[in-house]
Order: sequence, then C-alpha cells, then structure tokens
Amino acid sequence: MSEHRIRFTLNGTAVDVTVPAERLLVDLLRYDLGKTGTKDGCSVGVCGLCTVQLDGAPMSACLLFATQVDGARVRTVEGLASPLQEAFIDEGGFQCGICTSGQLVAADALLRAKPDATDAEIADWQMGNLCRCTGYYGITRAIAKVRDAR
Amino acid sequence: MRPFDYIEPERLDEALEILAADPDDTLVMAGGTSLVILMKQDLVRPERVLGLRRIAELRAIGATDGGLALGALATHGALARSPAVRAHAPALAATFAAVATVRIREQATLGGNLAHADPAQDPPVTLLALDGVAVARSRFGERRIPLDALFVDLFETSLEPGEILLRVELPRLPAGARATYKKFLPATLDDYATVSVAAVIATDASGVCTHARIALGGAATVPLRARDAERSLAGRRLDDAAIREAAALAAAATDPIDDLRGSSDYKRAMAGVWTERALREVA
Repeated sequence: MSEHRIRFTLNGTAVDVTVPAERLLVDLLRYDLGKTGTKDGCSVGVCGLCTVQLDGAPMSACLLFATQVDGARVRTVEGLASPLQEAFIDEGGFQCGICTSGQLVAADALLRAKPDATDAEIADWQMGNLCRCTGYYGITRAIAKVRDAR
Repeated sequence: MRPFDYIEPERLDEALEILAADPDDTLVMAGGTSLVILMKQDLVRPERVLGLRRIAELRAIGATDGGLALGALATHGALARSPAVRAHAPALAATFAAVATVRIREQATLGGNLAHADPAQDPPVTLLALDGVAVARSRFGERRIPLDALFVDLFETSLEPGEILLRVELPRLPAGARATYKKFLPATLDDYATVSVAAVIATDASGVCTHARIALGGAATVPLRARDAERSLAGRRLDDAAIREAAALAAAATDPIDDLRGSSDYKRAMAGVWTERALREVA
C-alpha cells in the first residue's frame, strides 16, 4: 500500500521512480523500465534467469523488492559489454537462449570478483543458472576462454 | 502479491519502536530470500514489512576475546569470505559457502536464516555445534538465547513478538578443536541436504576426547544437538568402536519428517552414516 521513491543507477544511468512496496525488482525492470533482458523463470530464486548484479554481486531480481535497490548500482544484461558475449557465441554457450542473459550476468560478476577463477569455481558459481540445452560445457568453456585471454 | 506497507528505518531503536507498536501484523525482513517467496505464495500476509537493510551496525562480523560475534545482517557470502570466521572455524566459513547458490548467498542473511527456522538449512547446524548464542533485543531490553533454545518447531522460534535478532555470539573454542560440516546431497549440489552433520571435537595429548559437539540438520522439525552421542564420547579415545557408538546414538536422537528428500527411516539411517563420516574426519 505504501509508495516509495527509489533512486539507483541502472547500467550506469540514474533512475528515479516511485513504486508500491510490493513491486518486485524483476517487474520494475521488465514492465516499468522496459529492460526485458532480465527474464522471470521459476520466480523462487532457483533458476537464475533473472540474475542481475546488485553492487556487483549476482542476485535474483525475482526475490528482491524494488525498494531494496534504493541507493544501489544495478547491472542487467543490457549493460553488459563483455568478451563473454562473443565467447558464448564462439563456444556454443547457448541453444534456446532463455537462460543466456542470466548466465552472462552471472559469469560477468564472477570474472569481476575473481578474474582468475578456477574451473571448479566457474562450475560452482554457474551452478545457480540452470540450462536445459547445452549440458553446460559450452558455457563453462566460454567463461574459461575469457578468463584465459586476460 | 498482496499490497503491504513497507518501512525501512535507519536506526535499531526506531525499528524496535515500529515493531513494538504492532508486533502481530509486522514482519521483519533482512535479506528477503525466504520472506519474498512466502509472500508470493500467500503463506504469510503481513500488513507491514519492516526492512532492516539500512541498519548498518547489524552487518558487523568480528572477533571477541577468542570468540566471534556475527551480525544478523551479515550475508552468507560475507560470512564465507570473512577472515575472522575462517580463523575461528574454517568449517563455519565452508558451511556458509555450501548454502544454495551464489545468488542466495549474496542476499540471504544469518539473522534471516535463523529466524526462518527451516530445519533443513545449513548454518544453524554448524552454529549449534559451535555453541552459538543468539542475542535478541526488544524495546524492553536484550535477551541471550542459546541456539538450541531458539528453535522450537518447524519454522518456529522462541523469539518474542517485538524482538529483533541482533547477532550470534560464538564462544572461544577449546585449544586444538577441530570442526567439520558434512551435507548429504543425493540429488543436486544446490538442494537442501537430506541430512547434514556438524561435529566439533577436541582431544588431549593422549587422544582422549575432552570436548564433543554433534549437531544434525534435516533430522527433525528443528536443527538438533545429539547430546547422548556427545556424552558417549567424553573421556574416551576416539577409536572405531567409540565413533560407531556415537553415530548410532546420533541416529537414535533423530525424528525426521518424510519428504521428497527421503523417508523418515532413510534419513535416520543416513544421519548415522554421515555422523560417522564427520567424526572420522575430526577424530
């Protein structure tokens, strides 16, 4: 019932909006701000489709109220300009594409937090992003390729 | 989702006043990973949500005279990375690192985890074995609650209306104490454990057990201390017979619920198996 003015940066651009308390971040992004790269999959924080970066850390936009990002830096797939994107294409890191934006946002957060992540750390980190097409090999190859190129 | 009022005070005393004014219709939110799902599924219907995120003092993680104080708003990720947590007990850092996925670990908090009181969660098990004490405050003062008195039933704690969980305190460990946390995950690594076991053991120079703590997750409606098993080890060498006996006593202490992660009988048997494995690791 309460309304809240929230200010945050989305992919480097200042956002200033008023939302009802129950507005979820995933809905704010998709419906109010038109950033539909963030998908709503399982809606319970398991599948990883709605992965965004909140002050650099990967989180589920379906489990966050919009009010929780007031004052924060949010990055979505629309704000990504990473060699990961080319690497996913080169290595066959996707097939149907539904998980891809979440995979990329998560992988980008990993390489920012741990530029020299081991293969085991890549597997552990991406475990939260489900893919039913690739068997994950193309995804982890793509991430390792970008890591190794640095 | 049903509409509600959201309040996000900057200070703890403000939060306590807001909660005291209407404790029955106000839900306290830390990270929100559990609460948001419960609200989406209409399992809880708060008129008011009290967000703690701006109360920075509740995030602190620090050493205290040989022990540790863990702020209720510290995230699982922050706790897993904390040098103070690693120095106190690497198994505790490993416990937080083993929760769900990186996204959940970055959002979910220690206090939210304990207040949610899901018996299949990881952190309560290791914190119980490390003799954790929860500290809660209401408008009327502060209360210390040993963790085994915090968990009352499935999703139910002994926190009183009007109380906010501030931190968990861990006492100094006996010299040379070894700790481990083991999680039985027959399906996927991001699943809840079928059963889990934390063990903390110290022995004297001759190998006689001077300190034993065994705690179990997923083994009852609450995270459980296996006290008979602990007592059976006191003053004994941790040989094969002692470990097997303690594991059997730990299994006997369980009262698991049947669910998708196993029948009650299966979980009880697995509690014995994983207690034995945990004890062999730290014996």
